Formats: sequence, C-alpha cells, structure tokens
Amino acid sequence: MPKSRSRPHPLEDGEPLTVNPVSVERGRFAFSVWDLLAAVLLLGVVALLAAGSQGVFGSLKELAAAPISLDPRHLPGYAARTTLRMLVALVLSLLFTFGYATLAAKSRRAEQVLMPLLDILQSVPILGFVSVTVIWFLALAPGKVLGAELVAIFAIFTSQVWNMTYSLYGSLRTVPRELIEVADSFRMSRWMRFWRLEVPFAVPPLVWNTMMSMSGGWFFVVASEAILVGDTEVALPGIGSYIEMALKRSDLTAVLWAIVTMLIVIVLYDQLLFRPLVAWSDRFRFDRQSASAAKPRSWMLDLLGRSAAVNAVAGRLGALMRRSFGPRRGAPPRLAPPPRPTDRKRLRSRRVLVDVVWYALLVGLTGVVGYYLYQYVGSALSLGEGLNTLKLGFYTLIRVFSLTALASVIWVPVGVMIGLDARLTERVQPVVQFLAAFPANLLFPLAVWVIVRYGLNTEIWLSPLMILGAQWYILFNVIAGASAIPNDLRDVGANLRVRGWLWWRRIALPAVFPSFITGAITASGGAWNASIVAEVIVWGDEKLEATGLGAYIVNATEAGDYPRIILGVAIMSLYVVLLNRAFWRPLYERAARRYRVG
Amino acid sequence: MLELVGIHRSFVRPDGSDLLVLDGIDFTLREGEIVGMLGRSGSGKSTLLRIIAGLLPPSAGKVVYQGKPIAGPPEGVAMVFQSFGLFPWLTVLENVQLGLEALGLPAAEQRTRAVDAIDLIGLDGFEQAYPRELSGGMQQRVGLARALVVHPNILLMDEPFSALDVLTAETLRSDLLDLWQGGRLPIKAMVLVTHSIEEAVLMCDRVLVFSTKPGRVTADVAITLPHPREREASEFRLLVDHLYTELTDAVAGERRVRPPQPLAAETSLHYVAPGLLVGLVETLADEPYRGSADLPDLADELRLDVGDLFPVAETLQHLHMAQLSGGDLRLTAQGASFAVADGDGRKKLFGEMLLEHVGLIGHIVEAIRERPDHLLPIERVEEMLSETLDPESAGETLHTAVTWGRYAELFSYDDRRRQLGFEDV
Repeated sequence: MPKSRSRPHPLEDGEPLTVNPVSVERGRFAFSVWDLLAAVLLLGVVALLAAGSQGVFGSLKELAAAPISLDPRHLPGYAARTTLRMLVALVLSLLFTFGYATLAAKSRRAEQVLMPLLDILQSVPILGFVSVTVIWFLALAPGKVLGAELVAIFAIFTSQVWNMTYSLYGSLRTVPRELIEVADSFRMSRWMRFWRLEVPFAVPPLVWNTMMSMSGGWFFVVASEAILVGDTEVALPGIGSYIEMALKRSDLTAVLWAIVTMLIVIVLYDQLLFRPLVAWSDRFRFDRQSASAAKPRSWMLDLLGRSAAVNAVAGRLGALMRRSFGPRRGAPPRLAPPPRPTDRKRLRSRRVLVDVVWYALLVGLTGVVGYYLYQYVGSALSLGEGLNTLKLGFYTLIRVFSLTALASVIWVPVGVMIGLDARLTERVQPVVQFLAAFPANLLFPLAVWVIVRYGLNTEIWLSPLMILGAQWYILFNVIAGASAIPNDLRDVGANLRVRGWLWWRRIALPAVFPSFITGAITASGGAWNASIVAEVIVWGDEKLEATGLGAYIVNATEAGDYPRIILGVAIMSLYVVLLNRAFWRPLYERAARRYRVG
Repeated sequence: MLELVGIHRSFVRPDGSDLLVLDGIDFTLREGEIVGMLGRSGSGKSTLLRIIAGLLPPSAGKVVYQGKPIAGPPEGVAMVFQSFGLFPWLTVLENVQLGLEALGLPAAEQRTRAVDAIDLIGLDGFEQAYPRELSGGMQQRVGLARALVVHPNILLMDEPFSALDVLTAETLRSDLLDLWQGGRLPIKAMVLVTHSIEEAVLMCDRVLVFSTKPGRVTADVAITLPHPREREASEFRLLVDHLYTELTDAVAGERRVRPPQPLAAETSLHYVAPGLLVGLVETLADEPYRGSADLPDLADELRLDVGDLFPVAETLQHLHMAQLSGGDLRLTAQGASFAVADGDGRKKLFGEMLLEHVGLIGHIVEAIRERPDHLLPIERVEEMLSETLDPESAGETLHTAVTWGRYAELFSYDDRRRQLGFEDV
C-alpha cells in the first residue's frame, strides 16, 4: 500500500544551532608538526609501493629460483606485496565502476545490456573467473611475473567491483529531482554537474560498499597468489603464497605468523585508508538525520586536515577543478519539445524498430557465443558429465543452505541481544566488521589440523569452512536491524509484559527480519564463493576433499581441463542466479513489504 | 519582459493517451511587478513555472524572453525551490557561489559577489556553515541568496514559504518585501507560485487564479494596496474573500453548469482521510454554520490552508454530500442526514454514496463478487489503474479507494495476501 504523500517536515527557526566557527585563515606553508607526521606517512606509503613493486617486471624463472620462505622475517615484505595488489585492484575497480555505472545510468540501451550482464557477472564464482582467465593473463606477459600479478589483481577486482558498480549506478539513478533542476537552472555543464552533484551524491554509499567488499578482496587475494593451472605453477610473493607453502609443509607455527601479520595489515588498512574515507565521505550524506547521529571520526583525517601543506595541495586541486567548471562550450542546451500526438506514433514505431534490431543483435550475439561454448564444452564432455555436475552442485547447495541456516540459528539471537544494547552495539560492531574483513581461509589450516588429528568425516567437517568468513554478515546486519527497533515498540512490549518465546515471535524476529534477509543473502553468496576454496584442502601430503561442485572446479583447474572448468563455473553461476531469482529476491521483497518498521 | 503565448502542456499517460495539464496560458510579465500564481494542487502552476524557467518544454506555445523564444534555461532567470534544493555537501558560501562557478567567473569576483549576497539576505557569519546546521528559514535564505547572486532579471519562486512554519515564513516574506520595496534586490520582476491566498494578497501586485484539470487562468486580479499591507485591514479581507470566490468558481468551474457526474472507474482519486470528511460534515452541520459556510471562515476554524481544504470540500461534492459555489460550501440533504446518523448509519450512507458516485468502488465490489472464491488479488485493480494513470496517482487512487471502501465496510483487504474480499480476517 503506498502511503499518502507526506508534506515536507516543518523546520523550526527556534532549534539550537551548531555552527562551525568561521575558520581563521592560517598562515599558509608554515610547517608544523602535523606536516611532519603527514610527510612521514606519505613517505611510508611511497616506500611500500616501491618495495611492493620490486620484481613485478622480472621473469617467472627468477621467481621460481627464489621460492617462498617460511621465515617470518620475510612476512612484512610479503604483506607489502599483498597490500599493493589490493590497492591496484581498488583503483582499477573504481575506474571500471565509473565507466560502467555511468554508461548504464545515462544510456537506456546500454542499461538494457549492462545491468542484466552485471547480475550474471556477480553470480559467477570469483575463483571461477580466475580459473578461466589465468592462461590469458599469463600470455599477456609471457614468462614475466606481471602476468601472474594480473591474475591475482583480477581476482580481487572481481570480488569487489560488481558491488561498487551497483552502488554507483543506484546513486546516479536516484539523484534528487530538485537538485537536478537547480543544476539545470544554473545551466551547469555536464562535466560540472557530474562532479558537483552526481559524484558527491554517490560517494557515501560507494565508500561504504567498497569497504564492505574489501573483505572479499582479502579472501581472494590469499586464494589466488599461488596459482596452479595444469602445468603452470606460480607462487607470487605474498601472504597467500606463504600460507599455501605452510600448508604444504604442515607448518602450524608459520600459519600462526601469517594470521598475526594479516591482522596487522587489516588494522592498518582500516586506520590509514578506510576510516579516513568514511569520515570524509560523511559530509556528502544527503539525509538530514545525520546531523544528530554520531559523526564517524578518523585520527588520520584529522592529522591530514591539520597539515597546512596537505590543505594547500587540496585547495589548489579544488581551485583547478572549479576552473574547469566554466560555462558550457558550444550551443546552449536545448529542450526537445515533447512530440505531438501525430508525431508520437511515428516516433514510437521508430523506437520500437530500433529496439527490435538492438535485441536481435543481442540475441544473435548470445546465440553465437553460446553455440561456440557448447561446441567447445560439448565436444569434450558428455551429457552424463553435465548431469553429474548438476548433482555435485546440488550437494554444494545443500551445504550452503544448511550452513546459512545454522549460522542464522546461532547469530540471530546473539545479534538481537547485542543490538538492543546501544553501548554494547557500539563496541561490538567494529569488531564484527573486522571479523568479516579477515580472510577466513587463513584459518583453514587450523581446521584441517583438527580434522586430520581426529580423523573426522570430510564431507561434513569441511563444510563449516564455507561459512566461516560469510557468517559475520548475518550477525552484522541483525545487530544493525535490532538497534533500529523503535523505542516505542520495545516499550510497548515491556508494558504489555510480552516475554519469552512470544517476545521473540511477535517483536524481535519480525523487526529484524528484513535486515536478517539482507545479511543472509550476502552470507549465502559468500559461501558459494568459498566452496571453491573450502571443498578441497591440502595439508602436507594429505588432500582432504568433500564431494561437491567446488571440489569439481578445483580439480578441473589443477588438471588444466578447460571444458570442465567452464562447465563447472557455468553450473555454479546457474545455481546462484536461480537461487537469487527464485528464493532470495521474493523473500527480500516480502520482508521489505511486510516487516518494514516505521 | 517575458511573455507566454498559448502555452499548452500535456503529459503522456501510460496507456498513451494525453493528460492535459495546462491549456492555453497567455500572460505578460511586466518590469517592476510581483505576479502571483494561485491555484490548488493539480492546477499546473508549478509546471508553468518550470516552463518559464526553461526546465520543461511546453507541448505548444512559446515563452518569449528579451524578444526571443527560449529553448532551455535562459540567462537572467533564477529560481527558488519549495524544499530549498541546497547541496548538503557544500557550505553556505559554496552553495551561493554555485551559479557563479557555472558562469565561469574569476574566483575573486565569485567570492565578493557571494559574500555580498549573503550579507544582503542576512546570513553573515554563516558562510562556512553546512545547510544541515541551519534551520529551515535560514536554509531558504541561502536558496534566495543563491538565486540573487547571479543578478537575474526575473526571480521565480515555487511555493518558497510552504515548507516553513507560520512565523518563519512571515519573517522571510516581510524581509524579502522590504528588500524589494527598498530597491535593494538586483531583480526586475518576480513570479510567485502559491496556494495560500493570504500570501498572494500580501506580496503580489497581480494574482492569476488557476483552474484545475486542466489548468487555465480564470481570473487576473490586480492588487493595488500600498505596502506594508495589514492582514486585518478591511480592504485586505475583502480581497481575500474575492479571491476565495474566484478560486472556488475556478475549482467548481464547469461542474456548476452540469451536475457532477459519477466518477468513472479510471478517474484518479485524491486521498482524503475518512475522518476528515466526517469532521468537515459535522462542522458544517453544527453551529454557527447550520449547513452552509463561507470557505475562508471554515478554513480559519479548521486551521487548514486552502490547498488542504479544497480536496476535502471537493470530495464531499463528488459524493453529493455538499455543494461548492461562490466561495461557499453548502450541505445537501444527504449530507445533513449523514451528519445526524449514528455510527452504523453513517457507514451505510457513506457506502451507498460511494457505490453510486465513485466508479472504482463499484467496480471493485463487482469484481470481488464475480470471483468464484470472492477474493480479488489487488494486483488486478493495480493493473487496471496503471493503464490510465501514472504510477504515483495510480497508487494514491488505489489507496484512497481501499481506505474508503474499508471504512464503509463495503469490502475488506488483507495486506498479507494482498487480497480484497468481503470477509473480515
């Protein structure tokens, strides 16, 4: 039911004002201790980049000559390499996001292709991408480390870019109409409008999404540094390769060292990059309520803000940007008059005609690609193989489902209890966020050690690894949902003495249901992705394996069996797409409609 | 300064037919005057303002500015928006500079002009504040400064005070008038869209009254009272009364000539809460009105603005419970018997009137009856409405029909199953 439109909220003139004091102009270029600190940090980043990029352009032979060492003294260097890959992937993701999302948001025809494509792309398991493309990347720079670096970067890229693209596209499509009218009435150029209106509006959700998808990035950078496809075996210097080596040698101490290093790296990344970004992007938030809510803070941003040199550079850049905003060149913008009824029929039929041609092209292209894929896969594999893969996919499906359910049974009650306690929430939420960012595959060796030690059934006991990293999304979202339950509702519950199971059934569970579904969707997606890592694990000479589609893809990848890789990846994408369409999306819509609070 | 010639504007309904919003508007804006555009929602006055601003093209006709027809936002026309339209990520100063940036002026000139505009509008000291730190009144001052800083010839204002509380709006109005009277504004003429009659009489030199569906100019009333104008002065009250009459006639317009037709099933409905309908009927029936009231008095007593009162009065008219004419609202025989009936009696009467006069309600009841299980998925009604109405008014129409029907106990609605039926769950 649509609610009747509400009038704009009347704003009182009497409300207390909090106003920034007009800033006193500081003496420019007078260096202070803040400048010194900023300079040191900046130099640190530059040094990291330099150290990290060493050997990127070297040859694979040199790399093979210096295998990964389990000596913890090498870990800082490895961590730097891994971090650098993350940064490069982040920049590439941003570039892709700006291109793809902007095109999709501005052109109707592009949108018709790009958005469904994005939906499929984000359903493809990330390591599946890597398996399929690794040879191509290696061939880009034959015999060089660069090719292998590109593979690892591509894995991180695919793990975060779809999310970011959705976010930017969504924002660009929901820029408030009134602000667009303001931009039009000032005759802003497209360039100015993009940077003054559209991008600022999109920044907060984009930063948030980027941060949330970084966790996937850590997971896959660890999983993709040690590449093994057919005869090609490369171990890029990095934390992922380090842990891979530790697994091969069954070295538990080395595993622990890697875990500690990763913890430090994630904390630094958060403090030096994402906290400042989140704090900075808060000013672009459009909703008015944020005035009262606690503003995110970052010591790093404060430090940069106090440095006169940084301010001077930022001011210069701003001025340069503003200068580019001048009046539109060329003819002034023209409004196309709305078509007359007589013309409209003609115009519409022309549009339909172009649409038909466009769709025909698309269908044709899809058909051709599909045919060749079918030829390629079909010539090597029988129908029985296809059915077998479907069956394996079903096993993995059962794992994903039961684990998502199990994680929900555990974390929903915990999340509700935490979320209802505001002070606890404040303390726990950053921790959960951190846990979600920690690549769970670093913990696999510990689990493997336990399984081997006690001889547990791998079909069952490897499964929890799939949800290890993804479960935190459920907790995170449920906490957020529970802390948003209006006080009125809680008071009513207390007033009517609603307690025990009735309280859960009538108040707590319905209130957190929509946010729980959001978390469960993310968790289930994460579990599918993790199945490729979690269904096959090597520990020393032993190989632990569970029956499932993830293991199928891993084995095909190790054998360099491309028809099977493509088949496995395609079937897994199919499962994910169908599950999203037939199960999660309807459930989400139902939840959003029925259990919306407020 | 600016001339509108035969402006028509229609929007395309989802089924491809035309919805005429503005029907043949001719009008000339002269230098030195403030012109008010008065009408209730749906009269197309905001659409017209956007056509003047070059934000929306007319379907037919032209806007002539400085001797040339416009083909986009013209230079020298600035606009003030109902909900301010400030960029929350820019400070007051940066917001005000925005239009100058778009013109590509040198940074130093941008700054001086912006600071001047901020001083003029009484915001000095707040240059570095962000909009969210300001109250609504101050935000709209920023909106004004931002429009004035580009030194426009014409200032367009789209209900600029309606998002503010009464006192704040009054202060801002008189500040703006003082600046205008004192010749301190860089502008040569203003156009003010409003649905408040008093605001129009207070500020304007000329008021155009708009009819609804489609919007036409039904009266052009000159206001020559000297400034400052006193709301309590008898001339002022006389003008307000006069405009009320013009406005009711514009609204009732053609319906006075032929009696109101039952609303066809696909006509859009404007949402009015049943409680408000009952309240208005009771007030009308009671002392001191005894079945007939002057609209300004009624609006005063109910503390409603004309924009809020008309939909209620009009709905009563559609339901044949009251009659609008000449600025008066008169209770009909049915209305009177509704007023004296008890709870159940009222529901029964209301239901009868709905079935008789609101096509959609009859259609829904019929459709439920035709279903073998007497349960109608609401999607059926949604689909029917979305053929002829845009999504927003289709939603409002459906919401209205379901609320009224439920109130009259003509049918029930189960939101979980999204079904209409006769049984209460």
